[in-house]
Amino acid sequence: MGVEVVVEGLTKSFGRQVIWQDVSLTLPAGEISVLLGPSGTGKSVFLKTLVGLLRPDRGHIWIDGYDLANCSEDKLYELRRLFGVLFQDGALFGSLSLFDNIAFPLREHTKKSESQIRQIVMEKMELVGLLGAESKLPGEISGGMRKRAGLARALVLDPEIILVDEPDSGLDPVRTAYLNQLFVDLNTDFEATFLIVTHDINTARTVPDDIGLLFRRELVMFGPREMLLSSDEPVVRQFLNARRHGPIGMSEEKDVSELEAEAQLGHDPGALPPIPPQLMPTGNRVRRGQQPPGAWLAAHGVIPPQGSFIDDRGRNWLEEYPRLVSAHLNGVR
Amino acid sequence: MIRASGAFVALTLDTLRAVPRRPFHWREFLQQAWFIVSVSALPTALVSIPFGAVLALQAGNLIRQFGAQSFTGATAVLGIVREASPVVTALMISGAAGSAICADLGARKIREEIDALEVLGIDPLHRLVVPRVAACAVVAPLLNGLVTTVGLIASYLFNVIAQGGSPGSYLQSFNALAELSDLWISAVKALVFGATAGMIACFKGLSAAGGPKGVGDAVNQTVVFAAMVLFAENFLISAAVW
Ligand SMILES: Nc1ncnc2c1ncn2[C@@H]1O[C@H](COP(=O)(O)OP(=O)(O)O)[C@@H](O)[C@H]1O
Ligand SMILES: [Mg+2]
Repeated sequence: MGVEVVVEGLTKSFGRQVIWQDVSLTLPAGEISVLLGPSGTGKSVFLKTLVGLLRPDRGHIWIDGYDLANCSEDKLYELRRLFGVLFQDGALFGSLSLFDNIAFPLREHTKKSESQIRQIVMEKMELVGLLGAESKLPGEISGGMRKRAGLARALVLDPEIILVDEPDSGLDPVRTAYLNQLFVDLNTDFEATFLIVTHDINTARTVPDDIGLLFRRELVMFGPREMLLSSDEPVVRQFLNARRHGPIGMSEEKDVSELEAEAQLGHDPGALPPIPPQLMPTGNRVRRGQQPPGAWLAAHGVIPPQGSFIDDRGRNWLEEYPRLVSAHLNGVR
Repeated sequence: MIRASGAFVALTLDTLRAVPRRPFHWREFLQQAWFIVSVSALPTALVSIPFGAVLALQAGNLIRQFGAQSFTGATAVLGIVREASPVVTALMISGAAGSAICADLGARKIREEIDALEVLGIDPLHRLVVPRVAACAVVAPLLNGLVTTVGLIASYLFNVIAQGGSPGSYLQSFNALAELSDLWISAVKALVFGATAGMIACFKGLSAAGGPKGVGDAVNQTVVFAAMVLFAENFLISAAVW
């Protein structure tokens, strides 16, 4: 059912280079969060710190009442069993076939028979759309397939928390959309807590329940998607909503002086663009961790810009969503 | 440099701690041992022929000037069995096998395979490093035996055939100086050097960073670093034993 992760005052540096400091956030159980930040801001470092591959200088990571940042080696190995991690390029074991890669955690950690293992592996491979590629080696398949195989391997022990590093790097928009849909569907099915780390603004705007923005060694803001997408905070505005000057290429991060210079010249980020509807699971379903569109805005008295929550087929999700929910409830009855 | 040495010592201690942990990964060990033999046996043998011959040549010439030609066999013992053979072995292991081990682990490191192993609850030291270092340590004395044998035969043949030395005096002086303990110590040296070369290769591989170029740098440093450490170790052991 997903586990909550509470990060408190986390700081990490390598030697004298501070990567980020005093990061505090809560990944709500069963929800999808996205951590957005330009390349080199330490997103991968954050992810690796969350699973205890790197030890932070200061701070806490609370999971199930244990502090993963300051626990014993044995406890750490135990807590890691809650995680499934999809590394940037899949991190498949190069000498093993896709089948053996995905079977690996089962063979290591369970006493299941080969036929049980086969059944689970095939089920996960089907889930990520890789049936038929079982005997391929990681070197023989495309980057998108490697990521999906890495995802299948991360899912095989039924993790409560799924961490994903840059699912969109090196993929074209069509494959990125497919993978994003897969995350949303998996979250619907398994209700695991998701953290997706990315520099892709479109993914950050449409996929998550919560968004965090990592910039200049700090977590600038973390909260519900609608809160960040309607925020006046200049940096958030600039990164998530900048319109008039086009979205900033997140890979070539503008530095503070540039941002300040722009502000002084009166190049304010302009009018808030419409808030896009959130990516829905396939099959007319609703995710358990999901909030109705506009709920946060309404609760905080914020009027969304014209054209918000309208998808590319012209459906208005402020109306569509309640219809879906009631149809769903009727269906259940 | 100091920080790297500290990290190396730390990794070595952690690896030692992982050695007794069950199960020992025999398959990985055998694969690695076979791999090391296959890449280093032939070059090692080929290097030891000119090595034995050149020792006989240089020592023979020098000794002839002293009129003590019959001692060529003795120099062969000192030179080949005690010193040259373990070092040649270790250099071959670090050059041929260590560079391959480092490149392999380095590539896995930058592809995040090592991180993935750890997240899946598997200790890479126990799974990958222990079998590799053990394989290096076990194969090195075997290769050392090969170098000793081939080197001695080469130096004997060179002395007898090319330099006109007498077979009898070569063997006699050899027997006069050679003790069984020489062979043992030589084998132990080789074992220590092999383990060191393997450990350095694993350390450098696991600390590779910064893409394919980082792996290339790590491989390069492995060979240089290993050579330096091995010569220092050789000096220390020789000074302590003889
Ligand atoms: N193991 C490490 N040792 C030293 N520096 C590191 C290490 N890992 C990452 N860094 C540094 O941390 C910074 C952030 O890296 P990273 O987390 O990969 O950024 P991102 O994933 O956001 O692109 C980079 O400057 C990188 O050089
Ligand atoms: Mg990264």
